[in-house]
Amino acid sequence: MGCDAAQIHARLVERFGDAIGAPTGQGRDTALAVAPERIAEVARFLRDDSDLAFDCLSNLSGVDYPKLGCIQVVYHLFSYRYRHWIVLKANAQRDDPVVPTVSGIWSHADWQEREVFDLLGVRFPGHPDLRRLLMPEDWPGHPLRKDFVEPEEYHGISTSRESLLKA
Amino acid sequence: MSLINTAPEMALTAKVDDLLNWTRKSSLWYMMFGLACCAIEMMQTGGPRADLERFGMAPRATPRVSDVIIVSGTLTLKMALRTKLLYDQMPEPKYAISMGSCANCGGLFQLAYSVCDGVDKVIPVDVYVPGCPPRPEALTEGLLKLQEKIQSERWLVRKTEPVGVRA
Repeated sequence: MGCDAAQIHARLVERFGDAIGAPTGQGRDTALAVAPERIAEVARFLRDDSDLAFDCLSNLSGVDYPKLGCIQVVYHLFSYRYRHWIVLKANAQRDDPVVPTVSGIWSHADWQEREVFDLLGVRFPGHPDLRRLLMPEDWPGHPLRKDFVEPEEYHGISTSRESLLKA
Repeated sequence: MSLINTAPEMALTAKVDDLLNWTRKSSLWYMMFGLACCAIEMMQTGGPRADLERFGMAPRATPRVSDVIIVSGTLTLKMALRTKLLYDQMPEPKYAISMGSCANCGGLFQLAYSVCDGVDKVIPVDVYVPGCPPRPEALTEGLLKLQEKIQSERWLVRKTEPVGVRA
């Protein structure tokens, strides 16, 4: 039998105390804030605990919040055994975002962390191969950051094109 | 001694040029350069219904033996450098077809940070095929236009005015 979000929250608070924030959102989207430096421990507990058994990391993504001064890494977890869901959110410092990797816990986090590193510049210590995934190796900056400014040209290729729709 | 573009304009040289061009246009080997959804339409064009083989066209997986590159799909900046490299590896005389809105001008994605707005920023393009994606009929039309262009080129006759010959 699966757990609902309140039960999962209670289990985590019992185990990790202050590292777990209050639940926000509803239903499948219920999210728990997690202290970023403890995310790997929390993730391992969620996967290995026999009552929780979150064996699938459905999605790992990142959001930039310049006003809050943080970059949020979001983990959508699902348990095939119990059919329950939870979302974890780790707020990392925007000027130097560091979140421990979970690629040793769910191996499919590998490329998703590379994507978040590529587009938002979050570093994942412990990741086996943290290279850019989508953008070229020599690309300047991280394009999903709100303050990203597109370069005028890339290797002599201009990045803008005059509109043909001018009156 | 090279004979290219040295002979005077005579009935014989013109006919030899016509023959050369006829043989060249009747065996256009195209390099498959499927980058996105347009590639599906390109495969359809090579398939039994549109049947490019009736024009002597055959798909190639290497630039070394290709006469024409069909750039089909969204060209990212990362891929743009590779496109240039592959085009440079093709033996002369070589042609390029830009297939679909994305390859023509960046299309739907031209404001994206990762997209090169048009393959003509990297390589010279002979025929633009509009559409999103173009139907096999449209690509066939584009290839027939390219055949017309090839048929009008002059190889033996001394150049008096540019007739589509590359310098």
